[in-house]
Amino acid sequence: MTDTTAGGDVRLAGISKTYGSFTAVHPLDLTVPQGSFFALLGASGCGKTTTLRMIAGLEDPTTGTVSLGERDVTALPPHKRPVNTVFQSYALFPHLDIHENIAFGLRRRGVASVKKQVAEMLDLVQLGDFAHRKPHQLSGGQQQRVAVARALINHPQVLLLDEPLGALDLKLRRQMQLELKRIQTEVGITFVHVTHDQEEAMTMADTVAVMNGGRVEQLGAPAELYERPRTTFVANFLGSSNLIEAEAVDTGSGEVVVTAGGGKLRLPADRCPEGVRTGSRLLVGVRPEKIALTPAAEADSVAPGRNTVTGRIAASSFIGVSTQYVVESPAGKALEVYVQNVEHRAGLVPGAEVVLHWSPEHTFGLDAAQDIAAGVESVEETP
Amino acid sequence: MRWLKRNLVVLAGLLTLGYLIVPNIVVLVFSFNKPAGRFNYSWQEFSTDAWTDPCGVADMCGSLALSLQIALWATIGATVLGAMIAFALVRYRFRARGTINSLIFLPMAMPEVVMAASLLTLFLNLGVQLGFWTILIAHTMFCLSFVVVAVKARVMSMDPRLEEAARDLYAGPFQTFWRVTLPIAAPGIAAGAMLAFALSFDDFIITNFNSGSTVTFPMFVWGSAQRGTPVQINVIGTAMFVIAVLVVVAGQAISNRRQKSALPK
Repeated sequence: MTDTTAGGDVRLAGISKTYGSFTAVHPLDLTVPQGSFFALLGASGCGKTTTLRMIAGLEDPTTGTVSLGERDVTALPPHKRPVNTVFQSYALFPHLDIHENIAFGLRRRGVASVKKQVAEMLDLVQLGDFAHRKPHQLSGGQQQRVAVARALINHPQVLLLDEPLGALDLKLRRQMQLELKRIQTEVGITFVHVTHDQEEAMTMADTVAVMNGGRVEQLGAPAELYERPRTTFVANFLGSSNLIEAEAVDTGSGEVVVTAGGGKLRLPADRCPEGVRTGSRLLVGVRPEKIALTPAAEADSVAPGRNTVTGRIAASSFIGVSTQYVVESPAGKALEVYVQNVEHRAGLVPGAEVVLHWSPEHTFGLDAAQDIAAGVESVEETP
Repeated sequence: MRWLKRNLVVLAGLLTLGYLIVPNIVVLVFSFNKPAGRFNYSWQEFSTDAWTDPCGVADMCGSLALSLQIALWATIGATVLGAMIAFALVRYRFRARGTINSLIFLPMAMPEVVMAASLLTLFLNLGVQLGFWTILIAHTMFCLSFVVVAVKARVMSMDPRLEEAARDLYAGPFQTFWRVTLPIAAPGIAAGAMLAFALSFDDFIITNFNSGSTVTFPMFVWGSAQRGTPVQINVIGTAMFVIAVLVVVAGQAISNRRQKSALPK
């Protein structure tokens, strides 16, 4: 039934899903290259799980098609698709032991040498001694590995992972992220991973699609998404961003100059939305860790050519590797600044007047006609 | 005093157990009695007569066989129908689902004697011959509710993702049901079936109304109690009790063994 030699990309064409009057996924085109680790990232209810379930065949798309390589599988039921899923709750069969759980797919397809393959798979996930235990006798992390083994043993063309690490504690989650990445590199199967954890998506995936409200907001490599967000949602959901309302005053020579809070800021034109003209409203963004702080008294020491904004430290919190400051400024009420704890700066205490400065090429411009707070605080755990 | 405090729960438990088991002990003891008259109500002397000749009373074993037969068929019918209803009610959204959900409780809530009389009215108006089939129909009907309740509780606690996982792992609709749905729902279905069997086997009121001239075991006991109680009734009662206890103990032992064998070696 499965054809492991014929690989191919996963292609979603105009796929959408509506439940009554609610649209879970708006018509969506997406191509997942063969052999890649692809993440669908978004808050709960953004349509990422529905998209995954449509690839698995557990959900029928309202419109559009799902193709694996050259083959249109839209009409195929889940048990006829060369695709396997690792479910969020693992969905291990409670009445079967670990060996039989992993063997389930092979047995249904009438594959020979089940025993040998299961033993190999148990070794791969380091659970050789647990073959005859029941799922409830295993810890969360072990169950998670069984779920992965049960799917992988079928050598699917695509492995779908639906928040597989959501139920694990932080330390174990980090460990499993590396483990999954290792397995993916080893077996070379296309992984499509759904998660609400932006760090998880960035750590593991080659390509991340950020979803919001049933649409893909932006798609790209993690670093590209982080450094060059194209919407406020991506800017705020992936890490955090300082967004400053501004107006363009000069757009010549590959550089855009804007006024914000009484000062001037510069940013490369190719990091701005297209069609920016003098007078355009913009949201100018910069990541908190790109900003340096200098006490106002030493403002002269700031290198020329850097973007500068003045402000007053409203709060600071020491978190070991860095110190996080919240700075009040005419440009923005609460600008966040993360400063590495390399050297102790005596003048940087709440109430101090400071200059915030950063390199223009770390600045990005966004269309002002969108919600400045989109994606903020939407990274909390979902059950 | 401190001893009492520490063992209060155990003591209360033992007393309750005694309360439950004494009637059965009485039945057991009197199955070895050799009554002087026709009534087995006072202890005379020890005898195994009734045990060596359990079918010695006219018509009793016939009524017992009939009761077992009806209980068996009613259990099968009620379990199959009830399990299907339970799955439908939990898994699917359809019109009148809420109504059916509450109507299912009706046979449990309605006084049995009222239901018995209504059923009789129905059968008489339809011109149905009273007997084996009317008893079976009535038993299946009232057992159904209990099966639905037992299976529903189990199905509700089942993760629908288990079936999705099975479908995802190349099991077609039939394989999914056979390999995953049914085994996981089995404890609920078994509980419902056992309940149905017990209810059908000892039902008297509804049977009495709808049996015509057919005599089931509870009706036989009732009838003979008017004229004298043969010791064999105690023998049958004791045998049923022992079989039930053995079934439960065996079930426990099997599940204990499974637990143990699953532990790490």
